[in-house]
Amino acid sequence: MRFAMDKIMGLGQQALTIHSRRSEVLANNLANADTPGFKARDIDFQAALRQAKGETQGERLLTTNAHHIGSSGAAAGGIDGLIGELKFRTPSQPSLDGNTVDPLREKAAFMENALLYQTNLNFLSGKIKGIKSALKGE
Amino acid sequence: MSLFKVLDIAGTGMSAQALRLNTTASNMANAETISSSTEQTYRARQPVFAATLNALGSENHGAGVQVRGIVESQAPLRRELNPAHPLADAEGYIYKPNVNMVEEMANMISASRSYQSNTEVAKTSKQLLLRTLSLGE
Repeated sequence: MRFAMDKIMGLGQQALTIHSRRSEVLANNLANADTPGFKARDIDFQAALRQAKGETQGERLLTTNAHHIGSSGAAAGGIDGLIGELKFRTPSQPSLDGNTVDPLREKAAFMENALLYQTNLNFLSGKIKGIKSALKGE
Repeated sequence: MSLFKVLDIAGTGMSAQALRLNTTASNMANAETISSSTEQTYRARQPVFAATLNALGSENHGAGVQVRGIVESQAPLRRELNPAHPLADAEGYIYKPNVNMVEEMANMISASRSYQSNTEVAKTSKQLLLRTLSLGE
């Protein structure tokens, strides 16, 4: 019998990857909280997960010539292909220097993302524990 | 592994904010440094931040913040008539730096808060990494 580890893990691993990517993007927003002209960005988690499940391909730029620039995230395929394009955040309070980072919102999003990551870890951990006990057969 | 990258990004943020704190400290320390000509007078310094972009490649996420350089304030210097001062020039004027203490204080608080949020980010991602390592235990 083929032991389909991927199937057991389900979408958990893709979700983990997307969450860790999202934490990168949010950390970048926070690091640039005082950079003039910086625009805050974020990952659309739902769209990214749908793309990971293979339901949608995600929008990408058509490249008909080798010199064309492909859309960055989607074109790369693999794990990068999971993310798709980053979306720009709509600023709630425009600032004079053109920066759209709201540190409080970013911090809240980062914390939420960290919690979701841990939830995902717990699910995966439970699955691994289940497999372990099944293998032991005690 | 992008959680390691989070640590890098938070690191760039912390070093940039630390440099900002440094210039603020320098400005405040030199707020009363008197000199006898406009050329010699200390001018308030501010770092210029810019977002770092990844090298040409597939990834469109940024890679933190960098300090482009440090600029000196172009605000007018404070010129005071004080002929009794040992540093007074031929006309009896002394020159004081264009450091605005109130601005510097606000700048300092903003820098230290930003530094704190970067350390929090680093701390959280460290915890996440450790928990990922102990997956399935």
